[in-house]
Amino acid sequence: MIAASLATSVSSGLGEEAMIFGQTDEHHMIADTVRSFVEKEIYHHEELVERTGEVPHEIAQEIKQKTIDLGFYACNFPESVGCAGLNHLEFALVERELGRGSMALTHFFGRPQNILMACEGEQVERYLMPAVRGEKMDALAMTEPGAGSDVRGMKCAAVRDGSDWVVNGTKHFISGAEHADFVIVFIATGEDQTPKGPKKRITAFLVDRGHPGFTIRDGYKSVSHRGYKNMILEFDDCRLPAEAVLGEVDGGFEVMNTWLYATRITVAAMSVGRARRVFDYALDYAATREQFGQKIGKFQGVSFQIADMITEIDAADLLTLASADRLDKGLPANREIASAKLYASEMLARVTDAAIQIHGGMGLMDDYPLERFWRDARVERIWDGTSEIQRHIISRDLLRALGA
Amino acid sequence: MKVLVPVKRVIDYNVKVRVKADGSGVDLANVKMSMNPFDEIAVEEAIRLKEKGVAEEVVAVSIGVKQAQETLRTALAMGADRAILVIAADDVHTDIEPLAVAKILKGVIDEEQPGLVLCGKQAIDNDMNATGQMLAALTGWSQATFASEVAIDGDSATVTREVDGGLQTIKVKMPAIISVDLRLNEPRYATLPNIMKAKKKPLDEKTAADYGVDTAPRLEIVKTGEPEERAAGIKVGSVDELVEKLKEAGAV
Ligand SMILES: Cc1cc2nc3c(=O)[nH]c(=O)nc-3n(C[C@H](O)[C@H](O)[C@H](O)COP(=O)(O)OP(=O)(O)OC[C@H]3O[C@@H](n4cnc5c(N)ncnc54)[C@H](O)[C@@H]3O)c2cc1C
Repeated sequence: MIAASLATSVSSGLGEEAMIFGQTDEHHMIADTVRSFVEKEIYHHEELVERTGEVPHEIAQEIKQKTIDLGFYACNFPESVGCAGLNHLEFALVERELGRGSMALTHFFGRPQNILMACEGEQVERYLMPAVRGEKMDALAMTEPGAGSDVRGMKCAAVRDGSDWVVNGTKHFISGAEHADFVIVFIATGEDQTPKGPKKRITAFLVDRGHPGFTIRDGYKSVSHRGYKNMILEFDDCRLPAEAVLGEVDGGFEVMNTWLYATRITVAAMSVGRARRVFDYALDYAATREQFGQKIGKFQGVSFQIADMITEIDAADLLTLASADRLDKGLPANREIASAKLYASEMLARVTDAAIQIHGGMGLMDDYPLERFWRDARVERIWDGTSEIQRHIISRDLLRALGA
Repeated sequence: MKVLVPVKRVIDYNVKVRVKADGSGVDLANVKMSMNPFDEIAVEEAIRLKEKGVAEEVVAVSIGVKQAQETLRTALAMGADRAILVIAADDVHTDIEPLAVAKILKGVIDEEQPGLVLCGKQAIDNDMNATGQMLAALTGWSQATFASEVAIDGDSATVTREVDGGLQTIKVKMPAIISVDLRLNEPRYATLPNIMKAKKKPLDEKTAADYGVDTAPRLEIVKTGEPEERAAGIKVGSVDELVEKLKEAGAV
């Protein structure tokens, strides 16, 4: 039972690890190690990335190599492929602490898509193993200009030609594709007529960078996570062999549901970690800034904001770890994960906003990283399923069972 | 050779320390605790000696409350082979004084027969800087304090010490107690495989009574207070003004 494993939560203070959740010494060490890694290896590069919008190659390589040396690279993958095999709760702790740092940089603390475990035959040596060893990087592409929340509305289509497939279409908003050696792409491979209208069949493909007919080009400039770019993928009569199919033909939704189910926990966990970093700035400022001859933290208008912030952060932390723990225990977790993603990402928006309010005008200036955290927070409510889609998942889960 | 590394659980160096209202000490309930940073350096050095083939086994020992087990797990995750926890207090606020710690360590040494003890030069909580020296006196072993470089060569060790005037190099006979300073090395992160392995490494639990040591305090803490607040500074317009102000303040 989760409730039974809820130990006391440590009162927060600067530089403090916050939450204890039936955690073992190993859990603390995992979180502590990742946290000091982020503090020592990531923070000092952040300003450069913010200013230039790029991660210099040497810095990327250095972060990657250090992560490999620490045995943390691809730690979400099982021991059977030579990785650490962390469970969902342990991995959520890793993601939470990584969430403190710039996503452009923590991208190289590699966590390849779990979906690569669906690799079979030659795909194993060509994609899975190089990915978990840090030799090749991946990206994952579902979204299209005309198909966001409505994944099935995708137009990018593959048509059979002999044993090959010929692909045409466009994907956009694809994170990390500028560094990707290959991309896992979801493509429509047919259509079924159902009583509710036509329904696309979808297949996952593995496509190498540089494959003829496949182009990765610069996408839009995003207000969130500078340096963590989103790219546009174009398929122009791109011919893919049968071996490029990941999982079963027309089995795209199955691989998605099996493997991508848990990725929303990542957004929730990262939101919690970032919120804790932001909170420390707010707490410190409230305790040191003076107006009207006293610390602003003495004014209830400020101190109650602090109280609300930490309450929401702790709540989001518990919700997130509890949903991960449910997965580890083999319990249904779809609704719980959706709640964690929804609540943590919206909490981060409120916490970053309050942190700026507490800092007054200085909060908006780029002398402090607060305006960055505030901008970065915005995307968390959009990607990996918008807040509305999470609410849809949560409410359907409850109401469908009642026939409503 | 076996290396014994005493490690202390102290308030994390990042935590803002709060003095208890009654002035009896600092508040340690509900704050993040970590391994004393100097002890981390000692553990790192011991592991490096093992990696170089100079040491065969690294044993970490901690004396204090049961929660010090976490500190020992950190040492094991860094690469120590096994750990000994000597429980000497129930209340996290009880600090065991250097002499009692040294006496217990002497007992551990008698049992374990290490060839070298590597310890931090001091703990960042009370800055006593005494345990290593007392242990050397109790065992009759050589001591080398504030080490910034250590080279073991058979039955002697060459140690560079950070002293007030600069660096001093001494040669001591083994077995020895070496207390380490900040610049000796940069401690590693625990690797993930080692974190996962740490749980399986042996951690023996003992009590102070097992070593026949009375840990009752001999020192009385009269008062603990906040450090004096730094007075606000002023801006000066020129070098001349700076010199003048420094003279006024009696600083030059
Ligand atoms: C920076 C960034 C990086 C991204 N990286 C990737 C990536 O690597 N790979 C990838 O495949 N995708 C990626 N995405 C895509 C992301 O997952 C989508 O943006 C998201 O799913 C929403 O789709 P959309 O932007 O097209 O919005 P839309 O789906 O068009 O939504 C518009 C609005 O309508 C609302 N809405 C839609 N449907 C419903 C409904 N049924 N009920 C109520 N409200 C609804 C939405 O909540 C939203 O408010 C990324 C997006 C961004 C911004």
